[in-house]
Amino acid sequence: MVTDDSVSEGDAPTIIEVSPDDARRVQTPTEAGANKRPKADKLLKVSGLSTHFFTPDGVVQAVDDVSFDLGYGETLGLVGESGCGKSVTALSIARLVPNPPGRIVSGEIVFDGIDILKLNPTEMRHLRGKEIGFIFQDPLTSLNPTLTIGFQIAESIREHLGLPKEAARDRVVELLSKVGIPRARERLNDYPFQFSGGMRQRVMIAIALACDPKLILADEPTTALDVTIQAQILELISRLSDEFHTAVLMITHDLGIAAGMCDRINVMYAGKIVETGSVDELFEKPRMPYSWGLLDSLPRLDDVRGDRLRTIEGLPPLLIHPPDACRFEPRCRFSRDICRQDEPELTQRGDSRHYARCWATQPDGWIS
Amino acid sequence: MATVEAVRPVIQTTAARGLWSDAFARLRKNRLAMVGLVLVIILLLLAIFGPIFAPYPYQAQDLKAVVANGNRPVHPGDAHHILGTDQIGRDLLSRLMDGARISMSVAIVVQVVVLLIGVPIGALAGWFGGRIDNFLMRFTDVMYAFPDLLFIILLSVAFRETPFGRAMDGLLVVFVAIGLTIWVTVARLVRGQLLALKETEFVEAARAIGVSDRKIVTKHLLPNGIGPVIVAVTLGIPAAILAESTLAYIGIGVKAPRASWGSLIADGQRLIRSDPHLVLFPGIFIAVALISFTFLGDGLRDALDPKLKGKQ
Repeated sequence: MVTDDSVSEGDAPTIIEVSPDDARRVQTPTEAGANKRPKADKLLKVSGLSTHFFTPDGVVQAVDDVSFDLGYGETLGLVGESGCGKSVTALSIARLVPNPPGRIVSGEIVFDGIDILKLNPTEMRHLRGKEIGFIFQDPLTSLNPTLTIGFQIAESIREHLGLPKEAARDRVVELLSKVGIPRARERLNDYPFQFSGGMRQRVMIAIALACDPKLILADEPTTALDVTIQAQILELISRLSDEFHTAVLMITHDLGIAAGMCDRINVMYAGKIVETGSVDELFEKPRMPYSWGLLDSLPRLDDVRGDRLRTIEGLPPLLIHPPDACRFEPRCRFSRDICRQDEPELTQRGDSRHYARCWATQPDGWIS
Repeated sequence: MATVEAVRPVIQTTAARGLWSDAFARLRKNRLAMVGLVLVIILLLLAIFGPIFAPYPYQAQDLKAVVANGNRPVHPGDAHHILGTDQIGRDLLSRLMDGARISMSVAIVVQVVVLLIGVPIGALAGWFGGRIDNFLMRFTDVMYAFPDLLFIILLSVAFRETPFGRAMDGLLVVFVAIGLTIWVTVARLVRGQLLALKETEFVEAARAIGVSDRKIVTKHLLPNGIGPVIVAVTLGIPAAILAESTLAYIGIGVKAPRASWGSLIADGQRLIRSDPHLVLFPGIFIAVALISFTFLGDGLRDALDPKLKGKQ
């Protein structure tokens, strides 16, 4: 689906743009010729990505032929229920899939003109934290309990920008104030246990932003937090991503969050993207029964008090030997024979960038 | 609501302190551990400064006093020799003070050897896992199964005439040999710690900001796993002191005229009926050293256990 002509195979895959403010940094050999690099039209292009886990029970196809792209400064939502491959997609982009058992078996991930699957581990390490920031789900366990907050934020600054100690310290204080931690300078030597959950997630955001990355992978950044803190953190992420002009891949199971934060949304089911479109398109006219189910399961203001929340019946399929058919078919109320016989492709709906993987909503389908 | 009220004071008291001062505060509340700590400090001071303040050099013979006593060792309570002398007139207190030096160097040298070997092997095995882990752990199994005493005797005999064998009055080779027989415990401990810790999310988070593997292990993992290692090392010290004493008793290690507590007991046992002080006092010193390190080690285990935070 995503064709990529701006990056040819012959290009040195490891060219990283040097922004003026980190000119002090030592250039790695891979950064030579930074000026010659053609400016990619999209920040991130994922095409045909498949990540499998090789377990004793069989090969789990956690991510199966996933393609999408993400523009500079854009926010893209990746939505789906537990185990649908959202997190593995994000881990694949950062090349953090635990190996063994996991492995990216095929596909191409082009980040800012660099084919990152061709980078060696050291080059990839220089990209992580510097160009790609990561916000994890659980701030309580993602910070090292034995190191101070100041150290942990400064770690990636020292690792990637090579700033002298004083400058790194000032940068940390600036970041902490930016993410809304009061009396930042006094808190540098505090340990994570001295911070609340919401504050720790702010620290995680500061770490992710430390080197001014082009992309932030936010893996359910608010799931472990209570609702009021959730709103603050989301507001913070969206404000800072605007300020830093950072693209965000927002992974969430909450369509409400995705609607509030994102420009576009990818709906994932059982390792595949089943629908993709702008927020408006998706909420106005979803073209896949799974998306309907997700939307339908949101509580609404006009719900009758005492009614049960609506759920999608059944469970997602095991991703060992998935059938060559629509993966949502067993749970779908609208399925017909063709759904059991053949797997639908991701095809365009209307004339915009709205795609869905469903036989029923295709132009010749039985749902209009 | 009640639980919230109950939790608040704890949070406030811990929030004021750092990680290590917090552990030390808990250690201070443990009376036995503090007794152990004070005794350990006294033993260390004795080892460092004892020979300066000792009434006599450890090898000096006061033959007159022995002759005056009818060729018998001087008994404790004597005006010149508080703890008495042995059969050739050497002051027992001076010899015990010198022995403290030997026992404390056992404590330190052996544990340094243990840490130098055990921590890297455990860390490599735990971090890399798989084949490397398997290889290193089978190697430690072999070392563990090897008879300790035989190993130490072989080593000290093999190196007897080399500079290494003669270093520290022939003690260094024994210390290293003891260390080589007991590093296995620490290696297994560190491996276990790393196996558990490397799956934690903060390791993934560190990877996600591009920290190198080496720094993840040295800066993130080892400091997290250091607590149990400190405890194991502290509790390993009495074992090392005891091992040295045992070896000295059977005549391996310290060379006359120097004497460790163990060889003092060995020398004194022939006269145990007539002159029990020759065995009694070295025995007391050994016992006190073992007990104080054990108390301290137990206290450290409680103080460094994060699960006990807030209790006691």
